[in-house]
Amino acid sequence: MSELEFEPPYLYPDYRSTELRSPRRQLVKLPDHWFHESRGPAFGRIAVKPEDSDLTKQHRGEPLGERIIVSGRVLDGDGRPVRRTLVEVWQANAAGRYLDPVDNHPAPLDPNFTGAGRCLTDDEGRYRFVTVKPGAYPWKNHANAWRPAHIHFSVFGPWLSSRLVTQMYFPGDPLIPLDPILNSIPDQRGRDLLMSRLDLETTVPEWALGFRWDIVLRGRDATPAEG
Amino acid sequence: MVPTPSQTVGPFFGFAMPFAGDAEAVPPGTPGALRIEGQVFDGSGAAVPDAILEVFEGEQFARCRTDEEGAFHFTVRRPAAVTDGEGIHAPHLNLLVFARGLLRQLATRIYLPADPDALARDAFLAHVEQPRRHTLIARETAAGLHFDVHLQGPDETVFVAI
Repeated sequence: MSELEFEPPYLYPDYRSTELRSPRRQLVKLPDHWFHESRGPAFGRIAVKPEDSDLTKQHRGEPLGERIIVSGRVLDGDGRPVRRTLVEVWQANAAGRYLDPVDNHPAPLDPNFTGAGRCLTDDEGRYRFVTVKPGAYPWKNHANAWRPAHIHFSVFGPWLSSRLVTQMYFPGDPLIPLDPILNSIPDQRGRDLLMSRLDLETTVPEWALGFRWDIVLRGRDATPAEG
Repeated sequence: MVPTPSQTVGPFFGFAMPFAGDAEAVPPGTPGALRIEGQVFDGSGAAVPDAILEVFEGEQFARCRTDEEGAFHFTVRRPAAVTDGEGIHAPHLNLLVFARGLLRQLATRIYLPADPDALARDAFLAHVEQPRRHTLIARETAAGLHFDVHLQGPDETVFVAI
């Protein structure tokens, strides 16, 4: 079973902007250990404050929307925690609008919501964000195209190969089967890896729903036993 | 365990990923600092205004999003050649490219042009066919170095399978 079935290809014509942006020449294949053991970016210049992980408290009032807690662990290929690594998130507000000036979807901005957060994983590889559930929004990929609700994640990890930018989705979203970005991943099991799950354990009663999502970074796979 | 699959950075990262001083691994004006500028182009030769690039080398890290002209710039301490188990690595920076339309990041290297002898013996470039090596070597300009990224097309930059 090839790991590549779980990764999207560079060229996926249903996601139209891959057509002119995907490399067409053969990628250079280096010996595995080059990228798997080369150190990744040192992210220490990116400031992380404790309040950066609560996206509902970055303004004077509370943002509108369903308050949620998104948490999980960052693990390496052997299932070991990736400690003290940077996790960045960004998302649309509950109405499906990003604060980003490039977003011109005519849904309201929320003066109490930026939609960007950061945290460092703890010694067990855990991360946790408090936020509101993002809304779906239209995009112009094809006629009547809508993105399912998602949160963007950027994770560093220790190795060059562990650097990951991806998106987390919500279970049961009816837009999921229609989304070319998620469906660029050939294997259903790969797509399932981007699905969070509703979790009553991390739900805070009378306050916020919990969603759990674990992240597995590439690199440092189990070394074969000696002898 | 199966690694979590990648997804595009999308077009709407510009309010979240940039940070104060992100493009400067060292403050501009630092003795020995090197400025690298360039543009990102797609397969039609059009500028890519919604990419974000990261360079790193040792403890140095910088990030820059492209502007409307697809332009980016970095200020870094000039890297030195290193020798490891693979052989000699001429002075270079590692580069990652993220963009709308890239379902996975692209990885490559930006080489400094100063030492042709080190470039000729470089352990990484040895894996790259000769006619394409020039796509990885920055050129000297009055302002510092210039390095363009071609995602596609006749001068497509050499990228590494990751």
